[in-house]
Amino acid sequence: MVFRYFEDFAEGGEIDLGSYAVTAQEIIDYAGQFDPAPFHLSEEGGRASMLGALAASGWHTCGMLMRMMCDTFLLESSGQGSPGIDECKWLTPVFAGDRLTGRATVTGKRLSASRPGVGIIHFRFELFKENGMPVMTILNPIMFRTRAGSAAA
Amino acid sequence: MKLPPMFTLGHVEQLGTHVFTADEIVAFARKYDPQIFHLDAEAAKNSVLGGLCASGWHTVAMWMRKQRDRTAELLVELERGGYSKLEYGPSPGFKNLRWIRPVYVGDAISYTSETAEFRASASRPGWHVMTGRNAGTNQDGQPVMTFESTVLLKYPA
Repeated sequence: MVFRYFEDFAEGGEIDLGSYAVTAQEIIDYAGQFDPAPFHLSEEGGRASMLGALAASGWHTCGMLMRMMCDTFLLESSGQGSPGIDECKWLTPVFAGDRLTGRATVTGKRLSASRPGVGIIHFRFELFKENGMPVMTILNPIMFRTRAGSAAA
Repeated sequence: MKLPPMFTLGHVEQLGTHVFTADEIVAFARKYDPQIFHLDAEAAKNSVLGGLCASGWHTVAMWMRKQRDRTAELLVELERGGYSKLEYGPSPGFKNLRWIRPVYVGDAISYTSETAEFRASASRPGWHVMTGRNAGTNQDGQPVMTFESTVLLKYPA
């Protein structure tokens, strides 16, 4: 994997985010800790809901995306965290057995006004099911050190 | 229909407080966000965030937990109070999540949810879309996180 600094992200550039296999146990474990709604905790609860089956918490899907980002580019970068998420759409439920794939697209970049040696890359992240159905889209700025900023840190 | 006070526009519900420990910050990060400033206190000192701190996804997930716990209590109180029966559905997403400052080890984050808007769901009869303005605030009264949530909610017309 190539180590990426702020300078290495080009507007319009895309990064393949690999894949993530979703299991029932992980859905239930996450929900038990952070989002204990009936449709995230059991198959029966899922069937009785408008989701139709045991489905992952949307926050859990965000966690899966974060892990995919880390494993495919973020851990080999000058990334310094994120100021937030402009928008997140949960488009369709994520079920046990789904294998998610993902894509990052750079939609903009600028140097930070308040932090010398740091720039902001604006990403659109998209997750899909194996049949291509979109699962989630997220608009997310992330801070990266510039080459000079990294050398000075 | 008799709706409880929490559905008055502008109502702010106190959801409770959570103290973030180093162990849980690191455990969450190992699973979902293994960036060095969420894993290693020494290395984190040299990062922009300045010290070991929780993944933003961990901070906001704990809001969800507190919201679920408070809602479960409220549903019991509402039933006793003779209010309309409510059912929470899924959420189509959220907007404007701001991680305003890092959540460091030992920080006690108090979570709130303000009722911001109600409208009838266009696609699901009987369901309403509720918008909330949510926040987490640390022990010094500084906001660490804000965001706007939406959730489907069903109650008798």
